[in-house]
Amino acid sequence: MVEVAFFFGAIGAIGGALAVVLLRNPFYSVLALVVHLVFLAGIFLLLLSQFIAAAQIVVYAGAVMVIYVFVAAYVGGIEEPMFDSSPKLRIFGPIIAAALFIEISIAVLGSSLTALGTEGVAKVESGFGTPEAVGRLMLEDFLIAFEAASLLLLVAAVAAIVLAGRKDETTGPSATVPAGSTGPGEPG
Amino acid sequence: MNAASWGWLVLLFPLLGSIFIGLTFRRIPPKAAGLVGIAAIAAAFICGIAAVISLQGEPAESRHVADSLWTYASVGGLSIDLGIYVDPLSAFMVLVVTGVSSLIHIYSYSYMKSDAGYHRFFSYLNFFVFSMLLLVLAGNFVLLVVGWAFVGFASYALISYWYRREAATRAGMKAFVINVVGDIGLVLAAILIFRELGVIDYGAVFEKAPEVFTTTNEWTAVAICLLLLVGAFAKSAQMPFHTWLADAMEGPTPVSSLIHAATMVTAGVYLVARAHPLFELAPAAADVAAIVGLVTLLVAGTIAIVVTDLKRIIAYSTMSQIGYMFVAVGIGAYSAGMFHLMTHAFFKALLFMAAGSVIAAMANIQNIDRMKGFYKAMPFTAAMLIIGALALSGFPGTSGWFSKDEIIDFAAFRGGWYEIFAIGGYIGAFMTAIYSFRIIFRILPGPPCEEAAHLIETGHVVHGEPVNPATGEKEDIEVGYPGEDHHIAEQAMGMKIGMSVLGFLALVGGLVQIPGVTEVITHFLEPTFEDSPLAAMHPTVAEAWKGLAKGAVISVVGIAFTWWLYIGRPSVPETLRRTFSPIYTLFINKWYGDEIIDFLIVKPVKGFGRFANNWFERYAIGGLTNGTIAIVRSASGAVRDLQTGMLRGYALLMAVGTVAILLYFLIRGL
Amino acid sequence: MAIEWYLVLSAMLFSIGFAGVLVRRNPVVVLLCLELMLSGGALAMLSFSRLHGDGDGQVFVLMVLVVAAAEVVVGLGLVVAMFRRRIPLDVDEMKELRG
Repeated sequence: MVEVAFFFGAIGAIGGALAVVLLRNPFYSVLALVVHLVFLAGIFLLLLSQFIAAAQIVVYAGAVMVIYVFVAAYVGGIEEPMFDSSPKLRIFGPIIAAALFIEISIAVLGSSLTALGTEGVAKVESGFGTPEAVGRLMLEDFLIAFEAASLLLLVAAVAAIVLAGRKDETTGPSATVPAGSTGPGEPG
Repeated sequence: MNAASWGWLVLLFPLLGSIFIGLTFRRIPPKAAGLVGIAAIAAAFICGIAAVISLQGEPAESRHVADSLWTYASVGGLSIDLGIYVDPLSAFMVLVVTGVSSLIHIYSYSYMKSDAGYHRFFSYLNFFVFSMLLLVLAGNFVLLVVGWAFVGFASYALISYWYRREAATRAGMKAFVINVVGDIGLVLAAILIFRELGVIDYGAVFEKAPEVFTTTNEWTAVAICLLLLVGAFAKSAQMPFHTWLADAMEGPTPVSSLIHAATMVTAGVYLVARAHPLFELAPAAADVAAIVGLVTLLVAGTIAIVVTDLKRIIAYSTMSQIGYMFVAVGIGAYSAGMFHLMTHAFFKALLFMAAGSVIAAMANIQNIDRMKGFYKAMPFTAAMLIIGALALSGFPGTSGWFSKDEIIDFAAFRGGWYEIFAIGGYIGAFMTAIYSFRIIFRILPGPPCEEAAHLIETGHVVHGEPVNPATGEKEDIEVGYPGEDHHIAEQAMGMKIGMSVLGFLALVGGLVQIPGVTEVITHFLEPTFEDSPLAAMHPTVAEAWKGLAKGAVISVVGIAFTWWLYIGRPSVPETLRRTFSPIYTLFINKWYGDEIIDFLIVKPVKGFGRFANNWFERYAIGGLTNGTIAIVRSASGAVRDLQTGMLRGYALLMAVGTVAILLYFLIRGL
Repeated sequence: MAIEWYLVLSAMLFSIGFAGVLVRRNPVVVLLCLELMLSGGALAMLSFSRLHGDGDGQVFVLMVLVVAAAEVVVGLGLVVAMFRRRIPLDVDEMKELRG
């Protein structure tokens, strides 16, 4: 049963991932990533990570992807030519990626970790992966990391507003703002 | 609170004062800066007293506290704590330093009144006191080096305080360079101590030293002590590192009074007393200290008899008196040495203050040939000068009498070849009487000179054109120099307070250590020196009094002789000068100390510097740098081609790198 | 299910993402491929967390989520700013950093 679930999830996740890379319209790529994330959340469940799986669906596939969709819709479906200006990357990219995959696989399978080949610790503590367990860890052992992460999000939010804020809609990329156009009373 | 906590507070106040005054420069009125400075040092003094009280509350054998704030560095078995060590010796030094410093701060508050750099002065002065206290309270040799170097810097800053005056900056540099030589000695000593003993804290070092150095005069122990002495001699202006002290008189008079008489220059004496367990394992080094002290005391005495610059006379007398202290700690009379350190701080600071008062009245002229009749012009200053001179020459009953003769007694008591120190000490005492009363008899009596007459008539001091008396340079009064409206002499309240308290102490300060009666200092310092066989030796009370009687006779005879020379037969000094003109030339040129150092060290170093500049710099360094530039340029040219600006190109390179590294590890793991 | 299956899957997702970063030119899609790489890493961490029965890996994945969110926000902000300034949305056109 677990095997079936795993392969189902794995095929979905890999299919989604390949679709992200191969589909030419960015809008479809975003949707493919959502599919990929949902399947991956299923695999997370197999690893007894309920909370992460839920967060993945709600935050990632839900919230973050919505931003992607908005942006993809905003900038429009710019389809790029499949054969671009530097074909050497087209050839080298997948080869290098494949080499990386093979190497990591050799490293993982060939390493002498004794626990490999098993499912891991036979009996995990009850409550492993529940929101309670993760919350406890996060607010007790990893409090500083938690606070740093919240600060990071705040900074990112400010940065996004600064970057994408409506300032000089009409001026071109190299045009400078004429003096006086951003007076004190002007809305930013 | 235990003594260590009070010790930290002692350190804290001057540091805060220095930082505060330095940061509020031009934001608070000068008077406030001066008051803050005084308050900081006074607070440190009070904390010092509290530390002593809390120390005295302990039983004698546990009367030392080591405390550490945090670990400063911990590397390879070496653990350096930012720690202090409070015991009777350091507490004693804290009291002397903070006590005399607070009086001198009060004096400076008035003395520097019309100076444009008032804030700077007090900030430096507080920083100096902090450094000196750090040096005294340091709990290990590393922190001692830190305090030692800080003190050297503070001294440099204060000597060069009037930094538009070329002579002052030169003197500052000279003092700094010579002090750095001493610092190097001290650093090497600390390194050697760590190499031999593996520890660096005072307590651990002194405990371990007897186990490691089992025979007396083991060469490493002697080397350590000699290196310590290099530092001590440089800081305390002993031969052959003495030349900086006289030039240091370019600084303001309170600086001379505080640093170059009462506190900093005695640091070397403190160091030897502090490291006495090491010196007792290396008696040869201790003998070196005593011999150098004796030579310095005699040479400096002869120079003090002939120079005519008022402050320099006192400076040479300081060197001479510190020579006594080195004799004392060298032969094992630790408490006598520390006692002389204390009384010397009193009367020498007093003499400098009184001299400053006279110099202010003379519009910064320091030549005693020009001074006459100040007894009438400034009776208070005259009285203080006389008290200072009496104490310095060891007149019976004054503080100097008790302290100096205690050292000489001990030398006589140890007997053998140590008798030399007693004989030399008496010769030095005779010279002391001559040079100290030479000042008195030349500037106080007689018809008032121009400036003194002006003071008597108008009640104001002369407003001279600010000119450096030594070189004739015109002073720049914008950045800090008493300007034309500088008209304070002894009338100013702060100067009077500072002088009268010190005058009182110089007169009666010796009463704490009357042989057989009080002996407060000896008892107070006993716990520090309890492990020392030398400190246990004492001349009997009868012998001590016999020595005091001899000292009294020499002092009185010396003063009478001086009176005869300058008042009774004023023609005699001139005749003497002509008869013994080669000797006079030798003395007036300070035994050619500067010239010898110039010939032996400065000229070769300068020659080497020229060689380095003309040849080494041009070919070796230049070739090296140009070669490096060429290599970097060609290498970066090669790399620049990779910087295509193509984001994906970078990503590809990164991927290739990752793959290659992974491959390497996989192959290595086979 | 033995744990190496999960690790191999994570390696595959990571490599696909990497290939995407190398191949695609639209910045939005490049960002999406970065998400793929991150999820590959997250999967590996969850696998090891399961292997050791230790929750630390899960907290780590949450942190990865946070970093990913921050990265998305900034990255997409840049994309929007580029679009507004009529800069072509093509990573190959952004060559100002050429040495």
